[in-house]
Amino acid sequence: MSAQIETFYELIRRQGITRRSFVKFCSLTAASLGLGPTGAASVAQALETKPRVPVIWMHGLECTCCTESFIRSAHPLAKDVVLSMISLDYNDTIMAAAGHQAEAILQETRQKYKGQYILAVEGNPPLNEDGMFCIDGGRPFVERLTEMASDAMAVVAWGTCASWGCVQAAKPNPTHAVPIDKVIRNKPIVKVPGCPPIAEVMTGVITFVTMFGRLPDLDRQGRPKMFYSQRIHDKCYRRPHFDAGQFVEEWDDDGARKGFCLYKMGCKGPTTYNACSTTRWNGGVSFPIQSGHGCIGCSEDGFWDKGSFYDRLTGINAFGVERNADQIGLAAVGVVGAGIAVHAGITAVRQLTTKPRDNIKTISSDPTNPNAG
Amino acid sequence: MGAQTPNGFSLDASGKRIVVDPVTRIEGHLRVEVNVDERNVIRNAVSTGTMWRGIEVILKGRDPRDAWAFTERICGVCTGTHALTSVRAVENALGISIPENANTIRNLMQLALQVHDHLVHFYHLHALDWVDVVSALKADPKATSALAQSISRWPMSSPGYFKDLQTRLGKFVESGQLGPFKNGYWGHPAYKLPPEANLLAVAHYLEALDFQKEIVKIHTIYGGKNPHPNWLVGGVPCSINVDGTGAVGAINIERLNLVSSVIDRALEFVEQVYLPDVVAIGGFYKDWLYGGGLSSKSVMSYGDIPEYANDYTDKSLLLPRGVILNGNLKEIHEIDLNAPDQIQEFVAHSWYTYPDETVGLHPYDGVTEPNYQLGPKSKGSKTDIQSIDESAKYSWIKSPRWKGNAVEVGPLARYIIGYAQGKAEFKEPTDKLLSDLGLPLTALFSTLGRTAARALECQWAAHKMRYFQDKLIGSIKAGNLSTANVDKWDPTTWPKEAKGVGFTEAPRGALGHWIRIKDTKIDNYQCVVPTTWNGSPRDPKGNIGAFEASLLDTPVADPNQPLEIIRTLHSFDPCLACSTHVMSPDGQEMAKVTVR
Repeated sequence: MSAQIETFYELIRRQGITRRSFVKFCSLTAASLGLGPTGAASVAQALETKPRVPVIWMHGLECTCCTESFIRSAHPLAKDVVLSMISLDYNDTIMAAAGHQAEAILQETRQKYKGQYILAVEGNPPLNEDGMFCIDGGRPFVERLTEMASDAMAVVAWGTCASWGCVQAAKPNPTHAVPIDKVIRNKPIVKVPGCPPIAEVMTGVITFVTMFGRLPDLDRQGRPKMFYSQRIHDKCYRRPHFDAGQFVEEWDDDGARKGFCLYKMGCKGPTTYNACSTTRWNGGVSFPIQSGHGCIGCSEDGFWDKGSFYDRLTGINAFGVERNADQIGLAAVGVVGAGIAVHAGITAVRQLTTKPRDNIKTISSDPTNPNAG
Repeated sequence: MGAQTPNGFSLDASGKRIVVDPVTRIEGHLRVEVNVDERNVIRNAVSTGTMWRGIEVILKGRDPRDAWAFTERICGVCTGTHALTSVRAVENALGISIPENANTIRNLMQLALQVHDHLVHFYHLHALDWVDVVSALKADPKATSALAQSISRWPMSSPGYFKDLQTRLGKFVESGQLGPFKNGYWGHPAYKLPPEANLLAVAHYLEALDFQKEIVKIHTIYGGKNPHPNWLVGGVPCSINVDGTGAVGAINIERLNLVSSVIDRALEFVEQVYLPDVVAIGGFYKDWLYGGGLSSKSVMSYGDIPEYANDYTDKSLLLPRGVILNGNLKEIHEIDLNAPDQIQEFVAHSWYTYPDETVGLHPYDGVTEPNYQLGPKSKGSKTDIQSIDESAKYSWIKSPRWKGNAVEVGPLARYIIGYAQGKAEFKEPTDKLLSDLGLPLTALFSTLGRTAARALECQWAAHKMRYFQDKLIGSIKAGNLSTANVDKWDPTTWPKEAKGVGFTEAPRGALGHWIRIKDTKIDNYQCVVPTTWNGSPRDPKGNIGAFEASLLDTPVADPNQPLEIIRTLHSFDPCLACSTHVMSPDGQEMAKVTVR
């Protein structure tokens, strides 16, 4: 149980990160905040002297599945993340403080750790009714969110709500719920989509920073490449059955009992970028396809509005596993940029995954299904 | 200034107003305001649901077979229970029966949720209302070990174990970065545990955090992931294949063994850690019997965990079903979820408009038009509420009533009904717990009683998991492998119009979904959810709901640190994302809302 309280700097040095890399991390962080050269020194000073990076975890319109997923982490244990790696000073689902004592933490953090705390956001802000479809401390959540973002070092968008909008933003989006990058425009945002994201992906993103001393590489949509650059289908253990043309035709049929491919039952694995088929869920026990249901595509933008979960995808581009979402996006729209949270990419991917392309093999489509694709 | 509510509570709003917003350690967003008298006793309580998402309007026009996935996202804490309710509603509407194995697996998933949710609620959402974390630093590890060994045979109980934990906790506190424990009410006079009991509870807080992730593996195996496992109209998506070709990709012997092992460990944890802790902590708080509210008057449970597939009658349901009114334990009223005069929702004090707000509407006929406005006595502005006016509209939660009665739902309601029905599996553990604590039956109607009933139910649910897992294995032995009925999977087999209702007992109480299907699409979808019952604002007649009732007459030691208020609210395990999404099929009205 014993664990030393280390500063962030000590922690990453112990992981083998050089002083030089650390300084570079501070400069990049300061630059992303628009703080200039003196800012780099203040970021460095904070990380060298503060034991753990303060994390403010806010909830908008959401269902708390992200917090629930986070506490499922097996490696590292959620307990160790919270006690030894970060300082989770605000998370309204688990924090002891309530009411104005909770409010005080937000204000104190903004002042005391200006530019030095991470803002993690679960859920999203509704804009209709002047934001009062989500009230926090008597005020619109969106106001509090943008206030806390303005002084944050970086922002993490947990889950599909914060990243893309998710269920409350599905048509007709009655509250006008928007992903957080629609209201936070001047900060780096790391998107960790999924409904919820896999627990070890969530803690993996956090420990990546403490272990390697830098933000993870992101794709053009702002997602960490290490978890989101390949499709479920690319690494699915049932893929050989897809290639062999062995499909489940009906629930609980002979193919289902033999673990055949779920493509014909509507599986969205071929168009979904996530780590489910490799990292799997809940300590690697299973993932949706392994337990007999197709992927519903919960880490993809707008997945609620792409027809029934049981409609089979048509015109899947069987582009090779060597092509990641970035390359496909780049090839399609010709946009080059290392920017974070660029939205063009997702549109391009969607076009690619729903329209056949002549230079790529298209697998069988179902003309009888009007909702497909 | 005082006023009497029709359901027997006196309200007096003349004293000092205390506001708690946000109420934390809940699911979603909740605000509460109370008035205290000159002795700081609560004389008026106002609870406001402060979020709304509109899931049901989003469902309109969609494939009914997809509804489980949408409604599951109502809540990621009670994950799966909305999905189960949804597939039951669709099956009820379309006359689909499910195989026995599917019923068994669904029960296992629902019970796993009960066990997980109750455990996490007690340790991670509620314990800090009873346990002073900072006080644990003063504990003697040897005495803590002796205390632990006196209440349980749980092996993690040596003096060295507690010493190590205390050292880690000490360093954590010394760092000045208290993380989730920052700004808690540490040292508050309403904390009654000695340092050793606090240290023991902190140890179990961390152990429970480690262990809870194991329980959900039952969802992972049968549903593919947790939170938000997968469900299926007509059965369950997983197939069984114990020893044939391809068994490795189905529910096989290794999967069954993993589930069995999780069940055994869950039973151990609940019986050797959770229950002894509740009894031990309860022993220090048995003089603090506030918070009963509606529980001694009116409670309701729909019942759940059908022993037999497709049989949702009292005979089959293992969790009790019925309504008790006005404290009369001798009469259990029968519930009809289809009767237009039984379950009705009112909006007189909710941010919605009805053509006639003096009447309630059955969920099949619900109307919802958002109407956000504050009453004349509110303070602040529409986007900066300082104080709410409960004489006007004041919550995103509607007011559901059963034949006009406000009722409490949840584990305590289930145990009261089971007790009143004389069912031994609910009555005997309740009597034993009360006698261990030296308390009378009336002590059950309290915050402590609500917390204790949840612990007893967690134990009940863990045993029932064992029962249903054995039943599944027995069924497989008998050669029955079927997990899905696909006769009516194809929408072309459906009638042009259909309607149905599905219900469950969610961890937080009675949950119902009502669906109308037209031309194979959802025409109308309504959910009436546990926290809608418990957290409801006043109805047109002035009846108050369970949250508000429970806070009355409770003394608050320090109005600036309202520990007693959040303690009682937490005993309900509030789930606001569940309660406040309610939306009618007439959601076109939403077009009136101004888009900024």
